[in-house]
Amino acid sequence: MSLASYWRTSKQRMSLVGEICPHCGAKLFPPRDVCPKCSEPAKEPFAFSGKGVVYSFSTMYVAPKGFEKYAPYVVALIKLDEGPLVAAQLTDVDKSEVHIGMPVEMVTRKMREEGEDGLILYNYKFRPLLQKVAS
Amino acid sequence: MRDISIIGIGQTPVGEHWKRSLRDLGTEAVLAALEDARVKRPDALYVGNMLSGQLSRQENLGALIADYAGLRGTEALKIEAACASGAAALRMAYVAVAGGVHDVVMACGVEKMTDTLSDETTTGLVSAADAIYEGEQGLSFVALNALLMQRYMYEFGYQREDFAGFAINAHRNAVNNPCAMFRKLISQEAFARTRMIAEPVSLLDSSGIADGAAAVVLASTEFAQAHGLLSVRIAASAVATDSVALHDRDDPLVLQAARDSAQRAYAQAGLGPDDIDFFELHDAFTIMAALSLEAAGFASQGEGVRLALEDQISLQGRIPICTMGGLKARGHPVGATGLYQVVEATQQLRGQAGANQLQGCRVGMTQNIGGSGAVAVTHILERVE
Repeated sequence: MSLASYWRTSKQRMSLVGEICPHCGAKLFPPRDVCPKCSEPAKEPFAFSGKGVVYSFSTMYVAPKGFEKYAPYVVALIKLDEGPLVAAQLTDVDKSEVHIGMPVEMVTRKMREEGEDGLILYNYKFRPLLQKVAS
Repeated sequence: MRDISIIGIGQTPVGEHWKRSLRDLGTEAVLAALEDARVKRPDALYVGNMLSGQLSRQENLGALIADYAGLRGTEALKIEAACASGAAALRMAYVAVAGGVHDVVMACGVEKMTDTLSDETTTGLVSAADAIYEGEQGLSFVALNALLMQRYMYEFGYQREDFAGFAINAHRNAVNNPCAMFRKLISQEAFARTRMIAEPVSLLDSSGIADGAAAVVLASTEFAQAHGLLSVRIAASAVATDSVALHDRDDPLVLQAARDSAQRAYAQAGLGPDDIDFFELHDAFTIMAALSLEAAGFASQGEGVRLALEDQISLQGRIPICTMGGLKARGHPVGATGLYQVVEATQQLRGQAGANQLQGCRVGMTQNIGGSGAVAVTHILERVE
């Protein structure tokens, strides 16, 4: 991925900032500036909570170039509490524990490195929702 | 608008053509189709291809294939719509002839996928998806289909073995197709034992990475009849789109573009699912076969897999699919696939399908899908008596 693209998408990548449509109220992630529901302009930023549940998941055994050394890893569609689906990797979880409906939360994690001298790419991933421990 | 017929077809075998290049394959299919049509020089050539820029470092395919096929000077352009590039090229050829801009036009689909190692080809294929929000998250194209299949199994209560019928049927039909990549039968047991690519999608749920090229020549039906050419008319040609990213859809288990393009095609032809004698669908993965059957109106939602379980998709079934092996077993050279589907449907309608010939078939439908459902191109073909 290019440095410029990485920089350009940092807000959504690091803090899950999308948009809200001022016309129909649709909450959008990723941001796209034109609402796909009502086709009106939608440029107002909206920060998502990062909480959601697993909508679907898969353990990948064959990975694209740049991701080989991380395989096998678990990817998922997450249904965010505010509505949209987002595609992401799961982390901090045993693949046998993953199930549809599992509560998860967004964390920032290293995604991959582009070689010794290349970019180190960070991104959102989702982990099982941490439970509050009674003190 | 003029009535359009297919007057020539050509194809190379699908497989790992280590001795042959992108241009060799494209040229062979173009020349075969021109010979079949008894046409020397078309007015235009549209080349469907997805990956030549990424895997062969070669673009400008329209001019390249035209030049190597002895057609230097002809109007020639590359058309790209991910895995639906082949049928998209046919769509452009159809538009050119139907609109009266040209009289005789060719569409050729060509893909060269085995010059690179598999991780590079995998990376190329994921460019059919959203590069930033799917590709950069580490998802492969197979993984997107796995997310669909996992959710489908959850919502409608199926096991992964329930999808075996799609792969078994495709392999059974490929045995008699000399151009198919995998000409051997597979069993329910083999399907159950095979290795996982992206759970629950296994090797035997997936179409083969392959090289190949297929081409057709189009002309007005009037031209075809005046020249005494064996013809199959195009009763409908329709394209529809959906979001590129899976996560941008209201219900990912509904292939809205496939549904819309099928509906438009039915409306153009004045036909419905009950009038279709066979369906060459986009079985890149078994889950895609199930969702396509639902989108095109052959099953209600959640029931597509049932057609495979009850073997209603075989050559003798209610709605035969993948009659020459489909993407699964004929092979899936992505940008060429849409034209393989049309070549095979034409063979069926001309009565040239050999041992797999469907008796008395009159109307066939083809549907080529790009990405995880982002673009769908549907054609309905009809035998001219």
